[in-house]
Amino acid sequence: MVHFYHVSKVYQNGVKALKDVTMHISRGDFLFLVGPSGAGKTTLTKLLLREELPTKGQVIFCGKNVARLKPQEIPLLRRKIGVVFQDFRLLPKKTVYENVAFALEVVGGSGQIIKKRVPEALEMVGLADKQKMFPSQLSGGEQQRAGIARAIVNRPLLLITDEPTGNLDPKTSWELIYLLQEINRLGTTIIMATHAWDIVNALKKRVVAFSGGQMVRDEKRGVYGYGG
Amino acid sequence: MAMGVNTLAYYFRETARYLFRNSWLSLAAIGTITVSLLILGASLLLVTNTNKIALDLEQKLEIRVFLKQNLSLSQVKQLEKKINFVSGVASVSFVSKEKALADLRRGLGERKDILAGMKKNPLPDAFQVKMTRSEQIASAAAQIGTLPGVDQARYGQGTVEKLLLVTRWIRITGIIIIGALILAALFLISSIIRLSVFARRQEINIMKYLGATNWFIRTPFLLEGVTLGFLGSFIAVVILYFSYWSFVQQVSMFVPFIPLVADQRLLFNLFGGLVGLGLIIGIAGSFFSVRKYLKV
Repeated sequence: MVHFYHVSKVYQNGVKALKDVTMHISRGDFLFLVGPSGAGKTTLTKLLLREELPTKGQVIFCGKNVARLKPQEIPLLRRKIGVVFQDFRLLPKKTVYENVAFALEVVGGSGQIIKKRVPEALEMVGLADKQKMFPSQLSGGEQQRAGIARAIVNRPLLLITDEPTGNLDPKTSWELIYLLQEINRLGTTIIMATHAWDIVNALKKRVVAFSGGQMVRDEKRGVYGYGG
Repeated sequence: MAMGVNTLAYYFRETARYLFRNSWLSLAAIGTITVSLLILGASLLLVTNTNKIALDLEQKLEIRVFLKQNLSLSQVKQLEKKINFVSGVASVSFVSKEKALADLRRGLGERKDILAGMKKNPLPDAFQVKMTRSEQIASAAAQIGTLPGVDQARYGQGTVEKLLLVTRWIRITGIIIIGALILAALFLISSIIRLSVFARRQEINIMKYLGATNWFIRTPFLLEGVTLGFLGSFIAVVILYFSYWSFVQQVSMFVPFIPLVADQRLLFNLFGGLVGLGLIIGIAGSFFSVRKYLKV
């Protein structure tokens, strides 16, 4: 579903964020991106979302070269990819329900679809009883669940999570991982950039390791680590 | 892309939400647009009125062609034809010396006794020549002056040139003032929308990730700009309408010989134009501010 062919990225300030990366992600994968800060994990997700263009090489998503999309096709690409942020990025003046509904509103979803899918997504993440609360009234783990509900309510093919457990305690982190696994079992491909070695080691999923912009390891059932 | 009722409702809800949330700012914007368009409208009215007065005077400009004594009737007819061929001439009419004297008597009114002592009519026959284009009046008068049988061709030499110059300056300065005011209003709206966009930058960022199209993100801001522009210009037009009518009434009562513009259709167009301009300023101002923030 996702293919990177010899992708390099050099930012305008001269930083070489990615060097000749070739990797493939199949539908239904659960993939950990590991590596120190500045290794290129975030750049990889930015290329997929077409926030940035590759300097060299090609990024293919669902058979389309992401760099060649016309400006009006970019929103359509992003509708197929859900994003979960480390800092949640919920809108503080909207309730949990409104935050999740917002994802459907902005893509022109009808009232019927919103009434059906938002409760489903909230049920899935276990926030059905807190839908009328504002983000500030929720714990960190609950806010992240709301963020996940917002990311999956539009039924994306791919879910990108950039250190989703970065701001959470271990127990809450584990609950979140179970939730992501559940979403993965239902067919959504998941890319999770993380520093949480204990989670990576315990799950024995595919691990792709980066260091200094290069892909140093790609293992089917890997453990945490990015040393050469 | 078909726009759902839901999306439409979203646009109006968002627009209203931000207009009310920044209500003091919105009021300041509306107030400034009102003031700008008031000045703009007042200067437009001034310009159209000076134009009309100038046009009125220009139309009244005519050449008086005095004929030599003792021309035969056929010579007079011949001359009339020749004058008609001079470029810029609209019409020629004959004024006999008898009629000229009668006009003079009427013009003198109570003091017509000064003419009583005269045994003979001292006035010459003349043509009254009207122009299609007042700029050509000087050259036409010079040309007519050389025709055989013509004693003198006169118009208000000198004063006419001054009048034309003055009206041209009023037009030019009017255009400059109006241009400056439009720019000021444009700048103001774009600053206000920029603040509004800035306050929502996090929301815009999230919307981009969620796959909202640029038009979807842009529309509430454009509507906000349009609403501000409309309200501001509407208030300006209402104030202008009532104050101009009372002004026209005062003038027609106390200085009735000044021909002010009171044509309903013309004023309707002018006021409609002001509201249209307010809308355009609103759209343009917000469009430019949003464009910067749409790049993610």
